[in-house]
Amino acid sequence: MLRHATKRILGLGLAESRWSAPRFYHERVVDHYNNPRNVGAFDKNDPTVGTGLVGAPACGDVMKLQIKVDEETGKITDACFKTFGCGSAIASSSVATEWVKGKQMEEVLTIKNTEIAKHLSLPPVKLHCSMLAEDAIKAAVKDYEAKRGKPVASTTDKAAEA
Amino acid sequence: MASKIISATIRRSLSPRTLPHIRPLSTAAAVTAAAEPYDETAGISMKGVKISGRPLYLDMQATSPVDPRVLDAMLPYFVSRYGNPHSRTHLYGWESDEAVEAARAQVANLINASPKEIVFTSGATECNNISVKGVMHFYKEKKKHVITTQTEHKCVLDSCRHLQQEGFDVTYLPVKSDGLIDLNELRSSIRTNTGLVSVMAVNNEIGVIQPMEEIGQICKEFNIPFHTDAAQALGKIPIDVNKWNVSLMSLSGHKVYGPKGVGALYMRRRPRIRVEPQMNGGGQERGIRSGTVPTPLVVGMGAACELAMKEMEYDEKRVTELKDRLLNGIRAKLDGVVVNGSTESRYAGNLNLSFAYVEGESLLMGLKEVAVSSGSACTSASLEPSYVLRALGVDEDMAHTSIRFGIGRFTTEEEIDKAVELTVNQVEKLREMSPLYEMVKEGIDIKSIQWSQH
Repeated sequence: MLRHATKRILGLGLAESRWSAPRFYHERVVDHYNNPRNVGAFDKNDPTVGTGLVGAPACGDVMKLQIKVDEETGKITDACFKTFGCGSAIASSSVATEWVKGKQMEEVLTIKNTEIAKHLSLPPVKLHCSMLAEDAIKAAVKDYEAKRGKPVASTTDKAAEA
Repeated sequence: MASKIISATIRRSLSPRTLPHIRPLSTAAAVTAAAEPYDETAGISMKGVKISGRPLYLDMQATSPVDPRVLDAMLPYFVSRYGNPHSRTHLYGWESDEAVEAARAQVANLINASPKEIVFTSGATECNNISVKGVMHFYKEKKKHVITTQTEHKCVLDSCRHLQQEGFDVTYLPVKSDGLIDLNELRSSIRTNTGLVSVMAVNNEIGVIQPMEEIGQICKEFNIPFHTDAAQALGKIPIDVNKWNVSLMSLSGHKVYGPKGVGALYMRRRPRIRVEPQMNGGGQERGIRSGTVPTPLVVGMGAACELAMKEMEYDEKRVTELKDRLLNGIRAKLDGVVVNGSTESRYAGNLNLSFAYVEGESLLMGLKEVAVSSGSACTSASLEPSYVLRALGVDEDMAHTSIRFGIGRFTTEEEIDKAVELTVNQVEKLREMSPLYEMVKEGIDIKSIQWSQH
């Protein structure tokens, strides 16, 4: 009886914590899925834009991540993505665009899939989504450098170290 | 009691519908307050998903609700007529036995069989196990080969795999792109030591109806027992065990608006088919399935079969109309929508759709207000695309995008319209963020791209 009363008073708060099973999506994943940040596309022929396209439709995940770089400073001024994949893949790419914005190119290459996975509490079966996001960032930077024709010296050093 | 009064008072004072006059704090009032259905305006939160109310149910292949008329028939056998139908010494046993036998006749009637040919079990999975393993074990001296299809339910496939481990040979017939088997291929797969052909009547994932009469004819010609898993067919399409020439048939209660936990196995008497029991014990159900027969569940299944017999034609018409409403509604707003499986030979209540350039799991995540599944409930937890769709030869990228809409007796037009609206919105949203859709719009052929495999 008392338990019944407290539940009524506290609303569904108690029931909620009891029912949210860990194998289901973390609330951050749900948030990024419902309100994905930076969905869109830049003109991929723009010399200041780097495009990374990774994954395969047959595997159920394709990620396209684009960065816009300030040619003077090498800073990523804007980023956007489009993703075909599960909720975790969409959330991973959404987080990736948030994290690369405003950072130096060398800096974003140090973003690890484990950090994304940890941020979103991805279960083991969904770890490939975060790996794909890391690959997408690297591919976008590589594409930008290839367009410029000369890799940023410090960037390659960093990559080699890693 | 005190706490009950407190809770009721607090609830009433917090509720927006505060009554204009003050009610006395009587226990009677508290009881009525507690009996009110719980407030759903706050939303439901379960397994990390928050929704504003109960989702509309379009997953009738997974299970169906119990028809209230079925429940009415069952209730007396829970509380007052609770005797063990196998008790021979008192009225409790006799009345239960009578009820079980009446239910047996109801089930038999729906499939044009004799009541003596019906064995009650716990469900279609048990029936399939008894049929596949039981028959092969019984005739193991002479028969060493089983023929089944690649699109069978997991319990048939798993039973076959079990037989393979014991040294039996199994042929898994491939299906054509419409999900139906090739009859010539079946004919050529038959060997002298083939002991069983098992083909499901209505597929649980894509809803296609196999050519049962033709398969039965071939089995008759070669004198091979024919088993069919008709769990999804019972009460939905006309079933005649003689026309189909089946020796064994698996039936389930909870797919025909009956209770869960009960099924029935049809076993032909002439010519007699024999099986090795998978459950040993008191010899109930003629020794095929020992264990006390659950009277209320069996009564429920019988009542459900009788209702199905009366209402099949009406249900079929309604379900077909709703299916057309759903499909036309979605197709009117979206392109790249493919129906998986044959469009002619299928049960209307099962609509398996693929939405090109959208991934199924993310679509399901967005469709949390619609209870649908990406295939069978048994396998929807795995990341692999459905083995049924792969057997059909559906492209892997399309197999990743499939959703099964299950329509039933209690589905309403409003539910269909809402499902169309939600599905269209979600698919449009996901296509907006799909790189594949963007490429196709730019005129790039996705198949020509060298994808990096992961």
